[in-house]
Amino acid sequence: MSSLSLRISSSVAANARSESDHRLRLLSSSSPTVATSPALHFCGLRTEALKLGAKSNRWKVVSAAVAPQDGSASDEFDYDLVIIGAGVGGHGAALHAVEKGWKTAIIEGDVVGGTCVNRGCVPSKALLAVSGRMRELQDEHHMKAFGLQVAAAGYDRQGVADHANNLASKIRSNLTNSLKGLGVDILEGVGTILGPQKVKYGKVGSSGNVITAKDIIIATGSVPFVPKGVEVDGKTVITSDQALKLEFVPDWIAIVGSGYIGLEFSDVYTALGSEVTFVEALDQLMPGFDPEIGKLAQRVLINPRKIDYYTGVFASKITPAKDGKPVMIDLIDAKTKEPKDTLEVDAALIATGRAPFTKGLGLENIRVETQCGFVPVDEHMQVIDADGKLVPHLYCIGDANGKMMLAHAASAQGISVVEQISGKDNVLNHLSIPAACFTHPEISMVGLTEPQAREKAEKEGFEVSVAKTSFKANTKALAENEGEGLAKLIYRRDNGEILGVHIFGLHAADLIHEASNAIALGTCIQDIKFAVHAHPTLSEVLDELFKSAKVGRTGSLGPEMKSSPILHWLKSTSLVQVWHLLLSKFST
Amino acid sequence: MASPLLSRVSISNATAGNTISFSSSVSNGLLWRRSIAFPDKSRRKVSTVQAKIREIFMPALSSTMTEGKIVSWIKSEGDVLSKGESVVVVESDKADMDVETFYDGILAAIVVGDGEVAPVGAPIGLLAETEEEIAEAKAKASKSGSSAPPPPPAPAAASASPAAPAVAPPKSAASAPVPDGPKKIVATPFAKKLAKQHKVDIGSVVGTGPFGRITPADVEAAAGISPSKSTGVNVVSPVAAAPAPVAAAAPKAAASPAPPPIPGSTVVPFTTMQAAVSKNMVESLSVPTFRVGYPVLTDKLDALYEKVKPKGVTMTALLAKAAAMALAQHPVVNASCKDGKSFTYNSSINIAVAVAINGGLITPVLQDADKLDLYLLSQKWKELVEKARAKQLQPHEYNSGTFTLSNLGMFGVDRFDAILPPGQGAIMAVGASKPTVVTDKDGFFSVKSKMLVNVTADHRIIYGADLAAFLQTFAKIVENPESLTL
Repeated sequence: MSSLSLRISSSVAANARSESDHRLRLLSSSSPTVATSPALHFCGLRTEALKLGAKSNRWKVVSAAVAPQDGSASDEFDYDLVIIGAGVGGHGAALHAVEKGWKTAIIEGDVVGGTCVNRGCVPSKALLAVSGRMRELQDEHHMKAFGLQVAAAGYDRQGVADHANNLASKIRSNLTNSLKGLGVDILEGVGTILGPQKVKYGKVGSSGNVITAKDIIIATGSVPFVPKGVEVDGKTVITSDQALKLEFVPDWIAIVGSGYIGLEFSDVYTALGSEVTFVEALDQLMPGFDPEIGKLAQRVLINPRKIDYYTGVFASKITPAKDGKPVMIDLIDAKTKEPKDTLEVDAALIATGRAPFTKGLGLENIRVETQCGFVPVDEHMQVIDADGKLVPHLYCIGDANGKMMLAHAASAQGISVVEQISGKDNVLNHLSIPAACFTHPEISMVGLTEPQAREKAEKEGFEVSVAKTSFKANTKALAENEGEGLAKLIYRRDNGEILGVHIFGLHAADLIHEASNAIALGTCIQDIKFAVHAHPTLSEVLDELFKSAKVGRTGSLGPEMKSSPILHWLKSTSLVQVWHLLLSKFST
Repeated sequence: MASPLLSRVSISNATAGNTISFSSSVSNGLLWRRSIAFPDKSRRKVSTVQAKIREIFMPALSSTMTEGKIVSWIKSEGDVLSKGESVVVVESDKADMDVETFYDGILAAIVVGDGEVAPVGAPIGLLAETEEEIAEAKAKASKSGSSAPPPPPAPAAASASPAAPAVAPPKSAASAPVPDGPKKIVATPFAKKLAKQHKVDIGSVVGTGPFGRITPADVEAAAGISPSKSTGVNVVSPVAAAPAPVAAAAPKAAASPAPPPIPGSTVVPFTTMQAAVSKNMVESLSVPTFRVGYPVLTDKLDALYEKVKPKGVTMTALLAKAAAMALAQHPVVNASCKDGKSFTYNSSINIAVAVAINGGLITPVLQDADKLDLYLLSQKWKELVEKARAKQLQPHEYNSGTFTLSNLGMFGVDRFDAILPPGQGAIMAVGASKPTVVTDKDGFFSVKSKMLVNVTADHRIIYGADLAAFLQTFAKIVENPESLTL
């Protein structure tokens, strides 16, 4: 019964959504009621969404009457919403707040765009665009297969670095202009929370300006995490911040950490001629990826390249190159802490993850204690104080809360918070947020990995099935001579719910959204498999994936599986016939 | 799965001491151990039963695979297998593959378990033909298992770099950072990979890289292979900021005093074959050569060619045969000078014939061309050309020539001059056969087909008279070609 009521309330929320915003997920996946209930009739949310168009328009008019459209806040506060941090998360929240007609300000102590635009996703994509081409041009076999002849490919380091830097500046100015154009006040300086609904901003040490806001969102993001014992000199021992500037291409670089950041940089460095040594604390490379995808990725992205690796070891001490000595890395066993080896390399990139940035935020003024540096929040991103109570009118999104450290997750959380503040209960389904690693080829994923899905199935008592398709059978991939790749679908066999999709292959990062949208909208396999895909495109890999999935109520895999839907159909059609017969008898 | 992964090992034969063909030395060792493990009595019994226990080998799933990891055994010990069934999943450097059995039988013992690694060709399981043999196979397996290479360590250690020096015990590790200790081996990731690929002991390689590290070039030098071309060269600005002394050292682009390329020109690197040709051509400069030309009338040869053509005989085969027969009479022209101090007379006459293939040049070899008859020679030639086009020539099929034949007659070339390939004594360049007005000794004019051949030879061993005599014999054979068909 509880599940039913939840679903009713969620469909009410769906009514209230603006049609442009299909991203919001109503059903919290953390709620067990959703997962266990047979949600078959709710799967096809498509029709519901279509119907909603007219209603949501109507709602918009209502909201316009309530909210002040001229952008002036109520007399009580300087602003309706103040966001601390103008990264991608803050930007997303600000845009949505403006759409609501709120007077909005954004405080930025560094540069607009935050990590993603200036020191993360954006410049790294520029470097990866270069590395992808270099790799292709250097692959004699690949070029020959196309009948192409290319003279020995080379690159100009400064030119590559400039491309990355120019891209970051361009995106930064786009972001700044979009905020200004929408009338968001950009306040320069470090933002400090003084008390409830009160923020100070300005240069560090200066008295600063104090403003009040009805609601405050913390979106201060993160900085590269540097483990202790590691001495970062910014030249030979670097973090992603410096690596993205590509000030030099070492002959041999050790990358500490084999997650997204490390993997992407290994792609860049090896394409530019470096040799790479991975140092991974866990027992296998690429932890966090679906094991099968990780295994395949290792075969393609690590083994054939000039890369070796040490797993199950910590870099206990890293000394930059100086006094004619190379970079020294002391390795110790991750479990026993015994010394294992010493590496002598030309450079070391610390890619051990990111740490939340909350310094100077004034969390102590409102009695909030960070947990491992992260700002504790509830499922609505509302901040929780030291007593475990919700802090009214204070939210935290993005890397600072640590829920899912991805730029687009921060933005989605920001939009969710704005929805929540505007009175519409909104919980973001993090399992519908896709993630991608832009190696060549790319890796992308959404939802659960196979082991996670199996664990959940064990707990909740349903059957997990897995379907796989290969890029080798895809026309477009073969035309590109890029047949290496795998798409994997993890789903509930009984109701066709998509639990996770993992792709390794050409343009995987662009392909994942069909799956993530399906999860966000609650579309089931038996519905999405009828969607049409243009031929020949890479999207057919997913088309084939959905079509190859077998959905059925019975748990057994025997031939009766195939016959049962037919029987069911026969029964229903004969019933209909009987009904028509009866009807005709009565009417005559 | 086309690789023969099951070898037939007959135990009865082994104990009886008869001749046996082992497919690998590994099985040899196993049998030897087995014979120690079993007393005489059981041996005799086995020999009467004619028991057969087959070994399942780690297959080579790709050309670069040196070892494989068992992902999982699909079948368990005691399962009955039939031919073509998948038995085990093996992970190579490229993919996971199901491995099938070529024989019916019972999976008697698993020698290499799930998750373990075995080199290509090593036994990973034993297949018994009948149930009676299972126990015996098991005993064999346990025997081989105990003496087999140590099982791989836990996954953590296994996934660590294989070429990394062994983990030092804690005690000695404390002294490891002391610079006075023995110099540890530092090799770059690619150097380690190359060493493994070319089976070079990394410990024996002298590092010439920065800080004395072993570079890929060092390993290639140790393996005696030409260095692979450097990839991803930063062509414009080697190091802008030069943040480390390392970066300034060893600029990768080898600066040769070559003139700058003309704008708009394209540079296409050599293929492996082209690189080999280039290397040979440069080497040929160290040999003092001279050339002798000779006209040969070919009317009779042409007539013979027309006659035997329907039987699949080619002009190449005819010329090769003629040259081989002439060489048989002039062994010095078939000799070579290896060291500059002696003649090396070759026992067989192997005629290499130059063929242009896809922008490359290769010389398939007609072995014992003097001994084979014309038809066999033609057939052999056809096979070699097909193999060459499919790039499947084995080394002995293109580098065992003792004399080379190069024919450009089909292009209308009337004469040319060939470069002597290193390691051979002479090469013959054959031009086109053209109708020419000739006068005979009586002063009569007539039109005859004439072909010019030009032989380049190593003057250290072959002198002018030798070559002239050889050419005279060659011309006689071609002008009276009946002997070619004998």
